[in-house]
Formats: sequence, C-alpha cells, structure tokens
Amino acid sequence: MSASVTERRVAVAAQRKNSLHRQRMWALWGSYIALGVFVVMFLVPPFYTLMTSLKSSAEISAQVGSPWLVKHPSLENFWYLITYPNFQRYYLNSVIVTILTVAVSMVISVLAAFSLSRMGFWGSQTLSTGVFLTYLVPPSLLFIPLFQIIGQLGLINNFWCLVILYPTLAVPFCTWIMIGYFSSIPRELDEAALIDGAGYLQMLWKIFIPVAMPGIIAATIFAFTVSWGAFLYPLAYLYTSNQMVLTVGIISDLIRGDVFQWGKIMAACLLASLPPIVIYAFLMDYYVAGLTAGATKG
Amino acid sequence: MAEVSVRKVVKEYEGGVQAVKGIDLDIADHEFVVLVGPSGCGKSTTLRMIAGLEEITSGEIWIGGDVVNDVPPRDRDIAMVFQNYALYPHMSVFDNMAFGLKLRKFPKDEIKRRVDDAARILDIVPLLDRKPRALSGGQRQRVAMGRAIVRNPKVFLFDEPLSNLDAKLRVQMRTEIKKVHQTIPTTTVYVTHDQIEAMTLADRVVVMNGGVIEQVGTPQELYHNPASRFVAGFIGSPAMNFLPCRIQDGANGGLAVRVTDSIIVPIPPARVDRYGAYKGKEMVLGIRPEHLFEHRDHGKPGWTRVDLPVDVVEPMGMETMVHFFVEGTPVCARIDPATHAAPGEMLPLTADLNQMHLMLPDTGRVV
Amino acid sequence: MADGTSVPIGGLASAKSAGRKTAMQKFAQRRSTTGFLLCLPLILLVACFVVYPAFYAIYLSMLNKKMTAFVGLGNFQFLLKRHTFQLVIFQSCLFAITAVVLKALLGFTLAHLMHNIPGKNQKIWRGLLLVPWVIPLALSTLTWWWMFDPSYSAFNWVLNQFGFANVPWLGVGWIARFCTIAVNVWYGTPFFMIMYLAALKSVPEQLYEASAIDGANAVQKLFFVTLPMMRNIISITVLFSLITTFADFDIVRILTAGGPQDMTHVFATYAFQVGIQSGDIPLGAADSLFMFPILAFAAFFVLRGVTKRTKEIAA
Repeated sequence: MSASVTERRVAVAAQRKNSLHRQRMWALWGSYIALGVFVVMFLVPPFYTLMTSLKSSAEISAQVGSPWLVKHPSLENFWYLITYPNFQRYYLNSVIVTILTVAVSMVISVLAAFSLSRMGFWGSQTLSTGVFLTYLVPPSLLFIPLFQIIGQLGLINNFWCLVILYPTLAVPFCTWIMIGYFSSIPRELDEAALIDGAGYLQMLWKIFIPVAMPGIIAATIFAFTVSWGAFLYPLAYLYTSNQMVLTVGIISDLIRGDVFQWGKIMAACLLASLPPIVIYAFLMDYYVAGLTAGATKG
Repeated sequence: MAEVSVRKVVKEYEGGVQAVKGIDLDIADHEFVVLVGPSGCGKSTTLRMIAGLEEITSGEIWIGGDVVNDVPPRDRDIAMVFQNYALYPHMSVFDNMAFGLKLRKFPKDEIKRRVDDAARILDIVPLLDRKPRALSGGQRQRVAMGRAIVRNPKVFLFDEPLSNLDAKLRVQMRTEIKKVHQTIPTTTVYVTHDQIEAMTLADRVVVMNGGVIEQVGTPQELYHNPASRFVAGFIGSPAMNFLPCRIQDGANGGLAVRVTDSIIVPIPPARVDRYGAYKGKEMVLGIRPEHLFEHRDHGKPGWTRVDLPVDVVEPMGMETMVHFFVEGTPVCARIDPATHAAPGEMLPLTADLNQMHLMLPDTGRVV
Repeated sequence: MADGTSVPIGGLASAKSAGRKTAMQKFAQRRSTTGFLLCLPLILLVACFVVYPAFYAIYLSMLNKKMTAFVGLGNFQFLLKRHTFQLVIFQSCLFAITAVVLKALLGFTLAHLMHNIPGKNQKIWRGLLLVPWVIPLALSTLTWWWMFDPSYSAFNWVLNQFGFANVPWLGVGWIARFCTIAVNVWYGTPFFMIMYLAALKSVPEQLYEASAIDGANAVQKLFFVTLPMMRNIISITVLFSLITTFADFDIVRILTAGGPQDMTHVFATYAFQVGIQSGDIPLGAADSLFMFPILAFAAFFVLRGVTKRTKEIAA
C-alpha cells in the first residue's frame, strides 16, 4: 500500500463519514504503538550490550542500582580492545577470510548462474535443483566429516580452511539469487549483444553483471553475512589465537576459565557487529529485495 | 550493403514442429522487404535465422554472396532492431549506440563521429547522455535504430519494431523508418503482423502463412493480384468480402456469377476467357469493400447494380461502412457518406466487377 | 509459393547440408561446453565439500571410536539407548517446533502491523526491527548470556523491582530450554516479518476491495484473502526456518553448552561435544546423521512447494 493510496483513502473517508476516519486513525495509531513495543523488546539486548560496554570492570562487579544504566561511562574497554594485539589479529583474520570468501563465492556463483540461466547443457536442470538442495544443508550436518577432511588437507587450525568451507554455505543461495535476476533479463538483450559482437564472457561482464547489479549486491551481502557471523566451523577447526576469527576469538580470549570480562566482551561484540550493521544500514533494501525475490520467485 | 538469399530454408523445433517449411526468397541490394503474416506464420523465425539467432535445420542463407549458416551473428555484419528495443539499461544512449563499435575496437574519434552522424539523422542529439529509462517509447525506438545505423552493416533486420508504440506514434515512426531508408539505403528485412505497415514501407512484401510463403510482390501487386484467398483476405482493410458462388452462362454468350437466386451478376467480357474453364463449378467470389459502393446512374462497363438489405451502418467521416448479410455471409461495402442508408432498408449498390477475384473453394488459389 | 525468383540448387544443397550438420552440432556443443565450464567451479565445490563429506559421514558413522574397526549400525544403536541422546532428540524437536511456531506467529503479526502504516515510514521501522537479525548470532547470544548471568542478571534486577524473586535462568532445565527458545525467536522473527511483508505487498489491493464489497469483515479478509494468497510463501518460510532452527548450534553452545544435566543439548551441540571435544568422531558423525531424515523431509516439501510455485508463475 503506497502512502498516496492511504492518504487518498483517509481523505475520502473523512468526507464520507467521520467515524470511519476515526476508526482508521485508531488502527494506524494502534499499529504504531504495537510496533513501538516490539521495537523496544527487540532492541533490549543491543542496548544492554552498549551500556555494558561503557562500564568499567569495577562498576560491573560492584553493581549498585540499575544494571541497565551506566553511571560512569568510559571508553576504556574499547581502547583496550583496539590496542590489544590478539583482538586486532581476530579482526584482521575475519576481514581477510570474509573478503576472500565473498570474492570466491561471487565468482563461482555468478559464472554458474549465468550458465544455468542462459546456456542450457546436459544436466543443467538437475544441477539447478541440486544447487537449491545444497542450500538446505546446514553447516552442523557435515562439520564432523569435514573435520577429518580438513585434517587430511593439513588445514586444521588454519583460517584458510574457512575460505574453502564458507563458500559451500554462501554459493548455493548466491547462485539461486543470481539465477533469478539473470532470468529476468529479457533475452533480446543477449541477442542484441550477440549481434553487436559480444562473446559470452563479454556479454556476462558488460551486460548481465551491470544490469543485475541489485542481485549482485544482495548476493554479496549474503556471502558477507555468512562469512562474518559463522561460528561452528571456526570453533571446531581453529584453536590458536593467531588463526582465530572474531566470533570465536572473543569467546575464547575474553573468557578465561570462569573469569568473564563482560565490559570488554560487550565492547568486542559491538565492534564486531559494526561492519554488518553499517552494511545493512546502507544496503538493506537490496538485500531484502534479493532475499524475498529468492523465496517468492522460487 | 548486400543482397540476401534464403534457399530452401527449413526450421524444425524439437518435437518435430516445423515453423518454417522450406522457403525461398531473394532480396536485392538496397531493397526494403517486409515479411508479413499472422502470428506463428514463421516470419520472425525466418528473420532470426537470417540474424543467426536461430540455427537453420536445413537449407542455406546467403548474405552478400557468402553462405552464413555457420557464421555467428556478430560476424554476419547485420544489425537488428527488436520489438522491445533491447536497449542496454545501464548504458547511456551514446554508449548503447557505441557498444557494437567498441567491441569491434573502432578508434574513439571514429565511434564519436559515427554516433553523432546517426544521432543527427534520427534527431536524438540532445538525448545522447540519457539512460534508456528516461526516454519515451518513440525515443527508445530511435535509439534502437541508431544502434543499427552506426554499425553501417550489410543488412538491417527489424523485428516488429513498432508493436510497442501507440497508434499515433506508430504512424509517425513508420514515416521515420522510411525516411531513414531513403537516406541510408541499406538492404532491409522487416517483420510485422500489420499489413498497413507492410504496404506503406515495403519495396516488396512477402506474405507468409503457416511456415510457407504465400506470395511475394510489390504492395500494388499484392493488392490488385493476390495469388490466394489468404493474401486477398490479409491485404487490405477492411478485409475483402468472400461469397460462395457458381459460374454459369450469362447473356450474349458471356458468363455470369450466381451468388444467390436474386443476385446474378455478369462477368466483364475481358475476363470471360479466363473464367471459362470453371463454368458450372462452385467457386468463391472475392470483392473488396471499396469496390462495392453506392449505386450511380452513369455506370462504367463492368459495373453492376446489386440491391442488398442493410444490417449495420458505420459512419467514419470521409466514408461510411455498411454491413449486409447475403445468405448468412457477412458483406461490407464502402459508400459515400452522403448516401442515405438505414438498417432494414434495401440499399442499391454498384459492384465493380473489373476488380473481382475468383478462387477455388478448396485450395483458395485465385484463378 | 508464387515467388518465381528462387534459383534451384537441389543437389548442391543436400550435399552441403550433410557436411554442415556436424558444424552446427559443433556450434551447439561449444555453447554447452562453455556452459558446463562456467558451472565447473560450483560442481567441484559442491562435490568436494558437500557431497563427498556426506558420504564420508556415513562411512565414519560406522567405525569404532579409534576408527580401526567397522561396527555397522552400532553407533546408532548405542546413541538411541543412551538417555542423554533421548533428551537430545526431545529437545531438538521441542526447540525447533516451538521456536518456528512462535516466529511464524510473531512475524505474521509484525508484518501486518508494518503493512498498516504508511510506506514511507516502513523503512525506518523495518530497519529497527531487523537489528536482531543483522547482528551475528554468536555475538548477540553472548549478550543474552550476560543478561541471564546468575549473579548479575539484568532481568532479575527488573523482577526484583516488582518484588519477584530471582529466576535461575540457565540453571534449571526447563527454564534454560525456554531461554534458548526465546533467544532463537528474538533472532529469527525479523526474517519471518520481511518474508511475510513481501508476500502481503504482493496481494493485489483489488482483491481486498472486491471482498469488502462482497461483505467480508477484517477476519474474513484475513482467512479468505490474505492467508490463501500467502500460503506458498508461508509454507516455504516455515520449512526453511525449520531446517535452520533444527540444525542450530550457536545459541545452545554459547548459552548453556547443553546443560543443565544435558537438558538443552540439540543434535549439533551434542555432536560437537562428542565428536570434536571428546574425540569420538564416528559417534559424532552418527549423531549428526540423525538430523538427515527430518532435513530431507523438510527439503522435500520446500522443493515441492517451490516447483509448484514456479509452475504456477509460468502458467
């Protein structure tokens, strides 16, 4: 429902009958209030993360009054983390792994999607279905045999194993999204390009990728999300701090036995959540469009 | 620029459906040929085979003296304008037109010169920096043509280029296309389902139906001497009237056409020899609405008076269409608007039998 | 063909066409070869790191702990007899079903509320409501853990303010189970919301207008227009979510690590504990494989729904 439709409706209702108008206003305000309640509930944990991250260790352990508020805000936790070599290492590892994963995943899935949407070959239909089925395989199903396989490859406790494994989680869905976007490009466009003298790769590079940019962005965000937030694989396959990525690094480094440095943990969570939050803030529309298109187009 | 030849070309899709059933066609250099026919007649498939977008099942296609069956589209030196324009949405108008030249590694200044020339011819110079989505339908159509012109190809191919435009713009762009062809007389193959478009644009029209060519000829030939009932009915608007009839002896040793017991019209003496062999046979009489008009006192040879009961009257301004039923067969006449005609009344008409056509009821062949 | 301009070329054409067939086949072949090559990285990736491990898992699950002897289905039998594993099955199903139902209901409510408000405001509200889903789950679960902390729980402080006693959030089995579900619902509801919102927007406005003229009230509109139109997307989203929730690892691992008394273990965390931490790879593999039937079941229905949908769109 677009804004103009609502406004027009409201205007018409006002002319016709005042009570109808009032009823609609109540529905609107009721929706806002209910949504407000949900937003507050949903934002409690992030809010608490922020509050705790601003507290010193002393303030946390000697809690007086409400834990929801911070009395002496300080950035010491953040400063500690930024200057802490291990944390820098985790961040850097996460960035390296994510960039490589996204690059590898996008190359694989864009090539495959182009082929599957335009150049039918023997078994391509089966392959499309297979790709979709692969998307339904969760990481927790195969992490035990993969542990053995990674071990045989000599990549245990080496973050390069993540660069190999994360694409298995990202590529199927990225390919699926890209098939949807590529299929929506009219065939005349390829034909025009063929007549203009483009080869298949030129067609992909100069026509398909630019035209399907929204899909590329959505798929890239998906690959980024998978790679940045994955927890099971790094937890199972990495055990020294020079190889760890953020998700496991924070837990294993800042929790020593039963000593919890909550202020620092929460600050680390915030710093680690920053890249996804920034990316989503700017590109949410593309991602949501890509996700819902993937599901509704099928 | 080059001539195009289509030799015994067959297109069979998987499952054995034949879209094109062995057609032969020769197109001269500089000629503007229009393929016309109802949807599914194979005209678009033929065009796409010339373009190299569809593989040829059997037969040969020649462009400029070479067999191009195995030549990919980009090496056939052709340009094509698509129904939905197929402009690259992410490129400016300039880049759209320059794309083919860039891929062929033309020098920058040469590209610019060619695009500017084409833009001037098509009157789209102010649009060069815009993206396709900021253009109107007619402007997009011009850009699509510009993309074809800049390449200076051997052959232009148009695939229903005006179908997506509204009626008024279609007429305007039609003139535009004709003007461009007069300026740049490149061999052109143009596909449309609109017979008016075909008649107005073509040097020669190719009428296709059911995967075969029904007739090839200039617009005048097709109009005056259709080879088959299909062509006779397809060309001309409103469509030709078809009446079942029988040829019988007429007055003075001539022949007559008997349509009903009350409608028996003499065949003009010039045609008696031609139709003599069909005496006593069931035939179909074809006569265009414009050759069936209000009765005039001073007739010409071959004009015959016919009286019919009026069913519906449609005034169009410069003419009036009147519809009748003759033994259940609808008949349309085109009369002067000044003539009085009212539903239910008998209207005296003149049939110009110099313009009559007679065809076989089974094959539809015009005799 | 009344066209007299064609030149007879009979014999020549047939002789040439025999030679050409192969050239044409070659052309078609080149195209599909290119297509196959472009798919090759994908095929290799999936074959090496999805298909092969899946079969390897079956092989592994039939070995003894030291991986020196073949024990057939012994590991599966052993697991099924074990009380802890029975708890795992129960908790996995409870966790997945409860969480998915709650997410679906809440997501549907939220989508409707969002659909009620004007479009230009939706973007901001949507952004705020999507925050739980944007933060990496492992990290936000840490915050929940901290909020459930036995001595410093922020929730307990609120309860105390209203005169209630402390709740041992993660210390008592059923409460801990509730907590894991709550975190999953908090994390997953936004996904349902955006899916449903997209579906709601795709229902043509005229249908509502037509049903209003036919005399339908709000509830009837919901049951006779909205839900039937959204049926496909609802079922696909639910099945998707069922798979991911059933296979969840992060929440349980961080929040409770399976405790107290193994009451919150799900398949994934138990497999991790047995296979990676205790080093019994075959038993861990066997444990993971128990997920397969339900995943296959859900996948079958998702796929069926998707193909049916695709056909409907194509029709």
